[in-house]
Amino acid sequence: MKKLKKIIAGLVAGAALISLAACGSSNSGSSDSSASSQQGQTVEQIKKAGKIRIATFGDLPPYGYVKNDGTRAGYDVALGNKLAEDLGVKVDWVQVNADGRVDALKSDKVDLVLANFTVTDERKQVVDFASPYMKVSIGVVSPDSAKITSADQLKGKSLAVTKGTTAETYFTQKYPDVNLQKYDSKTQQFQAFKDGRVDALADDNTYLYAWAKENPGYTVGVKTLGEESTIAPAVKKGNADLLKWVNSEIKTLTDNGFFEQAYQDELAPSFTDDIKAEDVIITK
Amino acid sequence: MVPSAIDQALVLAAQPGWTVIFTGDNLTRLLGGLWTSVSVAGLALIFGIPLGIVLGALRIMHNPVLRAVLRLYLEFFRIIPTLVILFLFYYILPREMGVQVDGETIAVVAFGLWVAAEISDVVRGALISVPSHQVDAGKALGMNGLQLLWYVRLPQSVNLMIPATINLAARVIMTTSLLLLISVIDVITVGQQIMEANRMSHPDSAFWVYGFVFLLYFIVCWPLARIAQALEKRAKERNNG
Repeated sequence: MKKLKKIIAGLVAGAALISLAACGSSNSGSSDSSASSQQGQTVEQIKKAGKIRIATFGDLPPYGYVKNDGTRAGYDVALGNKLAEDLGVKVDWVQVNADGRVDALKSDKVDLVLANFTVTDERKQVVDFASPYMKVSIGVVSPDSAKITSADQLKGKSLAVTKGTTAETYFTQKYPDVNLQKYDSKTQQFQAFKDGRVDALADDNTYLYAWAKENPGYTVGVKTLGEESTIAPAVKKGNADLLKWVNSEIKTLTDNGFFEQAYQDELAPSFTDDIKAEDVIITK
Repeated sequence: MVPSAIDQALVLAAQPGWTVIFTGDNLTRLLGGLWTSVSVAGLALIFGIPLGIVLGALRIMHNPVLRAVLRLYLEFFRIIPTLVILFLFYYILPREMGVQVDGETIAVVAFGLWVAAEISDVVRGALISVPSHQVDAGKALGMNGLQLLWYVRLPQSVNLMIPATINLAARVIMTTSLLLLISVIDVITVGQQIMEANRMSHPDSAFWVYGFVFLLYFIVCWPLARIAQALEKRAKERNNG
């Protein structure tokens, strides 16, 4: 029995060593930083590596998605490709879900997040946002036959919202007279709206523009309501070097009209014709 | 670029939803995603099953410390959802230890340790089911612990281990659908990419893409069930004859 114990103990120790060695060997060494406060990879390190790792969505057209030929496309992806081109490196796209965006940066899985990332105070605590490249606020969509063009028109009428969205919070606080119908998912709220159970529907305007395009007969009558939020690239908290570079790059791109071009290429085809570039993107 | 994509979408809109599977490189991408799922699950099983057998054999020993440690290991992987384990291994542990490991390796290690935990319990349960008079007879012949395990306990319990092991293998393959969490692109993720990319032109593509993914999973898992049946039959025949 003692011999058996020794043999088995040896096997377990061996297995543990192998698994440790396997973990250690693929260490990319990206977590070691030269400056004391600098976190993540610097611009110089990215250039040296020849690639920048960018987190993006793969299922959110027209912002970040994968075309039928397997290549990535969308407004976020266009910006990522442009940034990499100006750095002279390749992009290593890392597809994430909404809840993986912060941790991907925190644990050095990616250098940059370009995934429809809305700037909020809570998120500012854990990542560093660069200058915004898109804006979003609450919009209200209504049928063409009974169009709603201002929030005041909603008094006494029923309005569909999804629970937990900014639209729900906003109408609960600012327009208590509106009869709010709260739904669990986007699919449910749109179904209720199309069935005519509510007079109008409120959600992120960028989302509604694309929905109205897919569903003729409806218009986003109120384009912006409440406080405007912005969407910006994010880097790891403390990556001052890359943040500085991205900020100056966004300024250049805004000045030379890159974002208007990207809007025309990527977003305009998915939005209704009455939406103008300055409704969605940041212009100079 | 995009106007041509829109034109293409309009042409495709006239076609039924199943055509998206064969549009562009979609079929190759789906099969590539399936390969990712199968290879991660396969490697996890290759590493996990032998480790699990060793741990299972250890768990029938009388050393209370060893048994407690192994029990703790099993409960850790059984109680904590696989989702949380993947998150822990991919995002938290590398950050704390200052190393970077790619998602596939993490998936194989995390799934492998999970498989080992589950198999250890399967093996333990099967081994203790061997009647004690069999073991006593072996002892009377002067066999040591390892010989008892190899010549008496394992041959008489292996057919009890097979169904649960194959069941676990199928579960591991299906659990690879969680891998997007750690940015590994598996077959389900490819399917979702295809559905979303064609949402405008083929609103009904979800049904067809999920149907096709179901078929792919079935093609992988069904032979496993058949192998299990065959192995079980053979083990029974050998024990009785």
